[in-house]
Amino acid sequence: MSGNNSGIRKVIGASSVGTMIEWYDFYLFGSLAPLISTKFFPQENPTAAFLSTLATFAAGFVVRPFGALFFGRLGDLVGRKYTFMMTLVLMGGATFLIGCVPGYDTIGFLAPLIVLLLRLLQGLALGGEYGGAATYVAEHAPADRRGYWTSWIQTTATAGLFISLIVIMTTKSAMNEGDFNDWGWRIPFWISILMIGVSYLIRRNMHESPLFAKAKAEGKIATNPLKESFGNKYNFKFVLLALLGATMGQGVIWYTGHYYAMSFLKTDCKVDALQVEEMMTWAFVFGTPFFVFFGWLSDKIGRKKVMLAGMLIAVFSYFPIYRAMYDVAGNGKRTEIAEKTTVEVKRAADKDNPKDTVLTTITHKEFTDGAVYNETQTTVKLADISKEAPKPRVKAATVLPSSAFWTLIGFIFIQVIFVTMVYGPIAAFLVELFPTKIRYTSMSLPYHIGNGVFGGLMPAVATYLTTTAKGTATATGSSDWYLQGIWYPVIIVSVSFIIGLLYINGKDKHIND
Amino acid sequence: MNTIRKFAGIIWLALGVFAGYFSITSIGLPKFASGLAGNQSDMVFGIIMLFILTPLIVGSLLIFGYYALTGEYTRNNDDTTTGNTGS
Repeated sequence: MSGNNSGIRKVIGASSVGTMIEWYDFYLFGSLAPLISTKFFPQENPTAAFLSTLATFAAGFVVRPFGALFFGRLGDLVGRKYTFMMTLVLMGGATFLIGCVPGYDTIGFLAPLIVLLLRLLQGLALGGEYGGAATYVAEHAPADRRGYWTSWIQTTATAGLFISLIVIMTTKSAMNEGDFNDWGWRIPFWISILMIGVSYLIRRNMHESPLFAKAKAEGKIATNPLKESFGNKYNFKFVLLALLGATMGQGVIWYTGHYYAMSFLKTDCKVDALQVEEMMTWAFVFGTPFFVFFGWLSDKIGRKKVMLAGMLIAVFSYFPIYRAMYDVAGNGKRTEIAEKTTVEVKRAADKDNPKDTVLTTITHKEFTDGAVYNETQTTVKLADISKEAPKPRVKAATVLPSSAFWTLIGFIFIQVIFVTMVYGPIAAFLVELFPTKIRYTSMSLPYHIGNGVFGGLMPAVATYLTTTAKGTATATGSSDWYLQGIWYPVIIVSVSFIIGLLYINGKDKHIND
Repeated sequence: MNTIRKFAGIIWLALGVFAGYFSITSIGLPKFASGLAGNQSDMVFGIIMLFILTPLIVGSLLIFGYYALTGEYTRNNDDTTTGNTGS
């Protein structure tokens, strides 16, 4: 038994490290999106530049299902091992190259075009990676511990995001802000090539999945996995069930806990960005072991019970949690220490148009609870008064006191627990839903549509709902505009819960078919 | 339980139609129109809604609802498997 455990640990280690690095590569771009936008997209309009990057981000998610189809088919035809080796190299190469592309200032329109193409390649690679790793591990694991062993693969998405934040924060702290914004942001992308190299060497020595190898030896592999997965009604209904009853809700919960919480604190609560990243990091550290716990629990009481419990609790908890987060962040409810408020105004000639004047107003406020508010407002005064001056740019953030800092970590941690409940058992659940010959293809597509499309677009849809509500808040007198984005996860997860409850059987642990 | 599973198919079909109507008329088209008027962010969002999210949501709900209504997801009480052997 210990020999078996040693073997499966090697399989888990090699699979998980590679998958985690792929997630690291993928999330690096998202985490650095605001900065990347100023480098690769026209800088005249910062909002447009940022949204262009978001569009690129979404493109990364939208192509994930295509990666799932392309590499899933390959994995069911050629084998799991070779396919996820390919995705690893593709991802590492694309990430490294993003860090090498000259900016828009240097090569013009080619810069955003190349970055967009590389981003698409990242999406394709990620689409192929997860299904391969999950299938590979599951096909090595004993039936009674499949949830436990595959849950290690489930930790990799959070771990990848966690490491990307750590690498970014470390790089930022190792240099001044100007250098980081100028060229330092490229370092995390370059580091990827080293990680991928190590992971490639580890994976190279692994054997093919025993179930796939057996099926291939017996001539039982699919001749057309795409047709057998989606053209066959009998199998397609399970693909739909996996999507609507599991991965759709799971994907939205993942993105709510990982990305929307971060965006909400930065954008709606105006909490200092670095402090928010620290909060997320702590919540991930405390929460990640629970992936394995809930994977283990799913072996004992069933995948369905654990996943649906996570969805149900999330649906009823999101509104109270986000209302509490907003209150703890102290928006408009603090007592200012008036004598500590300082306002400094700097006047300088505009670098691009020396006749124009740039006014920078720096406001510093302190509050009785220890919070510190800093605001920088930049206004351009045009020499030619007949022209319309650009709108002032305001950069504001609050550094929270320790008590609020740890309370918010607690709220993020609770959301990470929801993630671990729905995400920990899902690889085992998906693997058990489909037969060996089309497993890679069949499980990859619902996973990536659920996560990539429903989940990946969650921040964009929620931000849109919040922004729209904020715009009409004055007219309608609504004071809870900041909660409107939560309707998206609540509705989607509710639908997924009901479908899962009614239609998923979840008693099958047989995968040798 | 199988009766509920079957008749809930009507709900999924209705939900598919409603989701399609809502996402096209309330979000997709207004955003796309605003995009045509020059708002780049609205254009991106409108395209994503109209051509990616809407077909996926509507298509999957409609097909799922149809399958549920026609009894594809009914099962015997002693059936302990998901039933999928890829046959």
